[in-house]
Amino acid sequence: MKNIVFIPANSPLTKASFEVVSYARNLGGTVTVLAAGKLPSQDLSVLGTYGADEVIVNRSLVANDDQQITMWLANYCKEANNIVFSHDFNGKAIAPRLSVKLKAGFISGAIALPENDGSIKVNVYSGKAFGFMKCNTTQKIISLLPNSVAPEMSGNACGVTEVEETFGEIKVKVLSVKKPEGSIPLPEAERVVSAGRGLKGPENWGMIEDLANALGAATACSRPVADIGWRPHHEHVGQTGVAIRPNLYIAVGISGAIQHLAGVNGSKVIVVINPDAEAPFFKAADYGVIGDAFEVVPKLIDAVKNFRAN
Amino acid sequence: MKILVCISKAPDTTSKIAFTEGNSRFDENGVQYIVNPYDEWYALVRALEIKEASSADITIVTVGNASDEAIMRKALAIGADEAVRIDAEPTDAYFVAKAIADFAQEKNFDLILTGKETINYNGSQIGGMVAEALDLPYISIASKLDVAGSSLTLEREIAGGVEVVQVNLPVVVSCAKGMAEQRIPNMRGIMAARTKPLQVIPPKNSDQLTSYVAFANPAAKSGVKLIDPSNMDELVSLLHNEAKVI
Repeated sequence: MKNIVFIPANSPLTKASFEVVSYARNLGGTVTVLAAGKLPSQDLSVLGTYGADEVIVNRSLVANDDQQITMWLANYCKEANNIVFSHDFNGKAIAPRLSVKLKAGFISGAIALPENDGSIKVNVYSGKAFGFMKCNTTQKIISLLPNSVAPEMSGNACGVTEVEETFGEIKVKVLSVKKPEGSIPLPEAERVVSAGRGLKGPENWGMIEDLANALGAATACSRPVADIGWRPHHEHVGQTGVAIRPNLYIAVGISGAIQHLAGVNGSKVIVVINPDAEAPFFKAADYGVIGDAFEVVPKLIDAVKNFRAN
Repeated sequence: MKILVCISKAPDTTSKIAFTEGNSRFDENGVQYIVNPYDEWYALVRALEIKEASSADITIVTVGNASDEAIMRKALAIGADEAVRIDAEPTDAYFVAKAIADFAQEKNFDLILTGKETINYNGSQIGGMVAEALDLPYISIASKLDVAGSSLTLEREIAGGVEVVQVNLPVVVSCAKGMAEQRIPNMRGIMAARTKPLQVIPPKNSDQLTSYVAFANPAAKSGVKLIDPSNMDELVSLLHNEAKVI
């Protein structure tokens, strides 16, 4: 069995990259990582400790251009049985292209290793259900939903081969990049603190950010809050926003409409803080606090800080 | 400008998701179908805004059976000019994307818009597959799209940030939140939609690369454990010792 993993390598490696390498290792057989970007080779060799046998990094493909990357990958993937991506912005852009180019079945949004019958569990209906998907082709393309399968360490640092291959004209020109400093990408965050209309106004988000900082969590919000402009759209989690599956999801002042639950019900542990004991979110929660956010959250921040200090 | 908006039907966002025939099929009993929100709210409405700002001809396309015509009339009522239904069961993403690409190939669209994903399959596949089949550039998960002549400036999601990119037409774009606001069709639109052309064509290809063997619902939560609002130390202790998440 020959497995190929694609990872973007323009910025430091994240957990999502370790997850896909470890996933490919667990499929059995060899693992070759194809990386595109300028990240130093010594940083990439770490992928060996998650199961990569070798890394081939293309130093010419720094533009994050999905058309060029697809052409490069296709040359290396002819013999591959499985080609694994993270189901992030990169995988979503490149994997469907590669599926058409290779005419290989694409299992999008995998959340587990293959079942005994070869089918793979995927997230469908925005997290309200699972599907078990099969490929009718010998080559499989799989995109793995971040935070679904924990990365496992196996082996030592591996060799990195640098190549320079380009594929004609780059059609998409990058003008600029807006990156909020130091924030954790929501789909990759292990802990998320989210708040809704119960907070009464954008000026009250300070305590949500404080709680998130104390926990090392990312912040998120419900749809109404993003729609009225209290918080940026990219923080909106739910059926029509971002779907997340962190280990810990803390919802403050969110009633838990079915559309919101659809985006967060893959979370491993859900804590709901709401003054309304009848809020539907409590039915989906593991832990609940019936109380006023303005009293409960400061107490929770203190408790987390105390815990961290000891 | 000729714009193609790819739309798909999806169960209403409040639908109960259940399965039938030994968990092999989605249970459509009592389910109300809508236009997939990403296709409608963002892709179609942005196309209409472009049309209103300059001029454009908007075609919508879907792959589906005759019952999908209800959602197509809705898209026409919101303001699309014409509709094309490729008459086939949308079995997998490759099949659907190829059917759309085969149709688009002959029509020379300048701009092809899709939603960033459907809320039923969440695959995020169609846009990229159509782009590859037509050998066009693809801007995925775009939250802003501005037209200047034959050039587009877009914002798209990247790891933990937003990238501003420029690309020349023709291009395929998948649309996400931020690009436009939901519109409710008015009575004039609904009346006009009745007489707009809705063409039905057969697919040219039948290749299907994937299939679903079964579906399942997630296990129900065992019940919420309530914690006294004055005792947040207990919550932290439970999260550490019992749930092991901090």
